[in-house]
Amino acid sequence: MNTFQLDGEEIPFEPGQTVIQAALAAGHYIPHLCYHPEFVPHGSCRLCTVRADGRPTAACTLPAQPGLKVESETEELNDLRRTLVQMLFAEGNHFCPSCEKSGNCVLQALGYDLGVLTAGFRHFFLDRPVDASHPDILLDFNRCVLCKLCVRASEEVDGKGVFSLAGRGIQRRLIVSAESGRLADTDVAVTDKAVEVCPVGVILRKRVGFRVPIGRRRYDLRPIRAQALEDAPRRPEHRHE
Amino acid sequence: MTDLVNIPSASLETATQPENLRRVAIDPLTRVEGHGKVTLLLDEHDRVHQVRLHIVEFRGFERFIQGRPYWEVPVMVQRLCGICPVSHHLAAAKALDVIVGARTLTPTAEKVRRLMHYGQILQSHALHFFHLASPDLLFGFDSDASRRNLVAVAQAYPDIIRKGVLLRKFGQEVIRVTAGKRIHGTGAIPGGVNKNVSRAERDALLTDIYQVIAWSREAVALARQLYEQDPALYGEFGTIRAHQLCLVRADGAMDLYHGGLRARTADGETLFDHVDYARYWEHILEEVKPWSYMKFPFLRALGPEQGWYRVGPLARVSLCDTIPTPFADHARREFLAYADGVAARATLGTHWARMIEMLHAAEVIKELLHDPDIHGEALVVQGERAERGVGVIEAPRGTLIHHYRVNEDDVVTRCNLIVSTTHNNQALNESIRQVARRYLDGRRLTEGLLNHIEVAIRAFDPCLSCATHALGQMPLAVELVDAAGQTVDRITRDVPTAC
Ligand code: SF4
Ligand code: FES
Repeated sequence: MNTFQLDGEEIPFEPGQTVIQAALAAGHYIPHLCYHPEFVPHGSCRLCTVRADGRPTAACTLPAQPGLKVESETEELNDLRRTLVQMLFAEGNHFCPSCEKSGNCVLQALGYDLGVLTAGFRHFFLDRPVDASHPDILLDFNRCVLCKLCVRASEEVDGKGVFSLAGRGIQRRLIVSAESGRLADTDVAVTDKAVEVCPVGVILRKRVGFRVPIGRRRYDLRPIRAQALEDAPRRPEHRHE
Repeated sequence: MTDLVNIPSASLETATQPENLRRVAIDPLTRVEGHGKVTLLLDEHDRVHQVRLHIVEFRGFERFIQGRPYWEVPVMVQRLCGICPVSHHLAAAKALDVIVGARTLTPTAEKVRRLMHYGQILQSHALHFFHLASPDLLFGFDSDASRRNLVAVAQAYPDIIRKGVLLRKFGQEVIRVTAGKRIHGTGAIPGGVNKNVSRAERDALLTDIYQVIAWSREAVALARQLYEQDPALYGEFGTIRAHQLCLVRADGAMDLYHGGLRARTADGETLFDHVDYARYWEHILEEVKPWSYMKFPFLRALGPEQGWYRVGPLARVSLCDTIPTPFADHARREFLAYADGVAARATLGTHWARMIEMLHAAEVIKELLHDPDIHGEALVVQGERAERGVGVIEAPRGTLIHHYRVNEDDVVTRCNLIVSTTHNNQALNESIRQVARRYLDGRRLTEGLLNHIEVAIRAFDPCLSCATHALGQMPLAVELVDAAGQTVDRITRDVPTAC
C-alpha cells in the first residue's frame, strides 16, 4: 500500500484520499474546522494547514501522494492555528460561558486543544440580531465562522439550498434563501442535516439551551483530538485501539 | 436614639431653602472608571445635606438581554454580579418558569434549586463577613487601610479566617454540585433543573455539614461579640430609620428562595403582606434621577420621598415571624431581644443578622441533603406559555426581582431588574450621610472619613462589585461639593482590600 510521511510516521492511504482523511483514518489528528468527513472539503478555514514537502497547504484538500513528507505537529504550524482561532474568536461574539453550544462547540474545543489562552486581537463586538422567526430553529449570526458546512449539508444532503454565504472579505456573512431574509420563509426543517452540522452556536434547535449540563457534553467527555478520530472513518486495524 | 437618626428623609431631595442649595447635575459618566463614587453635598453651613452614591450598573444589561432567546437568560445574567451570580441565575430561572408554564416544579427541581440557593447564601455571607468585613470589625474602623485585608486578619486571627475560608468553600461546593460549575453554572433551566444530586455528591457534602453548622454557630457568636465590643458605636453607626421589605413564606417564616412580599414601616406597621410578587409593580415603583444611572425604587403607598426602604439580612431577620430551623431561630430571638431591639435596627447589626442567615442556610442544606428527592429523575416540567414572567428571590444582599417579556418567537423583548443594591440605593445614601455628618471635619476629606464610609457601605454590600467590577475590593472616590456647587475636596482610594 502507498504511504506518505506525517511527522516522521508512515501513513498508508488509498487512492483518492486526502492527507487529512488518511491521517485521521490512521489515528493521527490534524486540527480542522471546515472539514467534515461527510462532506466535500471546502478548504477555507486553513486550520488544517500542514507543510507538505515544505510548502504550507491545507491538508483537507491535499491529495495524498506516495512519498510526500508532511509536517503537522510543529511549533510553527500550531502557532499559526492558534492565531487563526484567535481571529475567529475576535471576529464573532463567542462568549463561551453563556453560549448554549459550550462543550459541543468545535471552535471552543480547538481553542482548548491548541492552548489559546489570550484574546490576541481586539474583538469586534458584533451585535447582529438573531433570526428567531422559525418556530423550531434559531439563527445567531454573531457566531458564524463561515465554514460553509450548513451550505454544503443543505445542498448535498437535504437537497434544499437553504443557506449560503454572501459578501466578500469582512462583509462575508450567512444568509438564507428567502426573499424576506427570514428563516421562517425557507423550507428548512428541524430535522435537516444543515441544522445539525453547524460546528458552533449559529444554527440551534430552539428551547434546548442548557438541558444537558456543562460537563456532560461532547468535548467535556472527550477532547476534540480523540473525538475527531472517533468520528472519522477508520482503517480496520486502527478501529479498536 | 440620637438626633442623627431623626432627620426627616424628606429633606434629602427637598431642601428647606432650595435657593441656598445649588443642585449640581452630575453627569453620571464623570464617575471614576472602576470606582464607586460618593458625592457629599454641603449646605451653606457646610453640613452634609445630601449624599449621592453613584453606581453604574444594570440598565445596560437590560438592553443587552433584549433580542436574546429566553433559555439563554439564566446563564447570561450571571455576568451581572461576581459575588452572587447564582442569585441572578435562579431569579431568572424562576421568571422563565412562568414563561414556559411551569407552575409547579418537580420536587427534585425545587429542592435542587433550593440547595443551590442556600449554598450561595452560605458562600456569599461567609465571603462578606470573613473576607471583606472582618478586617474593619476586628481591627477597628480607623485602622490603617493597608492592614485591613484578609492576609492581616489571617495573621492576627488565623483560626477565624481558616473557618471562614472553609465555610465559603463548602458553599461553593454545594453550588458546584447543583449548578454544575462553581461559577457560570447552568443547573437551573426554564421549568426545572438539568441535573439532580447523585448519592456520591450528597455523601461528600454530608461529611462536612455538621462541622459547617458548628462553625456557623461560632460565626453568629463572633458577630455578636464584635457588636458587644462597643454597643453604643455599633448601635448608632450609620443607623437609619428605614422601612423594610422582604419575601416571607406563606406562614410568615423566613424563606430565601420563595414567598410573598412583606413590607413594614420603620415603626413596625405592616404596609402589605404575602403579596404575590408577580404584580410587584402595584407596590413598588421606580424613580429615575438625572444624576444617577441607578433607579430609585419606592413603596407606592408612601410615595417617592418617604417610600424608600431597606432589603437584606437585617430586613429579613426582623420581618420574618420565625426562622424554620432551630439554631438560627434561637439566634434570631436573641438578636431581636438584644438591647430592646437596638441591634436589629442598627446598620452594623446587619453583620450579625447575616451570620444568623448563614447558620440558617447551613441548617437548610443539612435538611435538603437528607431528602431523597434531590436524587429524583423528574427534572423539568412545562405547560402553557405565558408572555410575561416575574421571578423574585432573596439574594444574599436582599430582594432581587427579575421581570421578562418574551415574544412568540422565544425572544426577550423587555427586561426589568431590581437588584438588592438598587432597592437599598436610598438607604445606602442615608446611611453614608449619617456617617459623613458625624465624621466629616470641616471642608476637608480625610482617610478616616473614607474608611468610615466604606464601613457603612460594607454593612449592605461587600464591595459594590456590581459598580466597580472589582471583586473583593472597593475602589472608592469621595467628592465634597459645597453649597455653591464647587468641588472643594476629593479623595480616592485604589488600595485593594485583598479578597
Ligand atoms: S452557520 Fe454554522 S455551519 Fe453555517 S457557515 Fe456559519 S458556522 Fe458554518
Ligand atoms: S479544515 Fe482544511 S481548510 Fe478548513
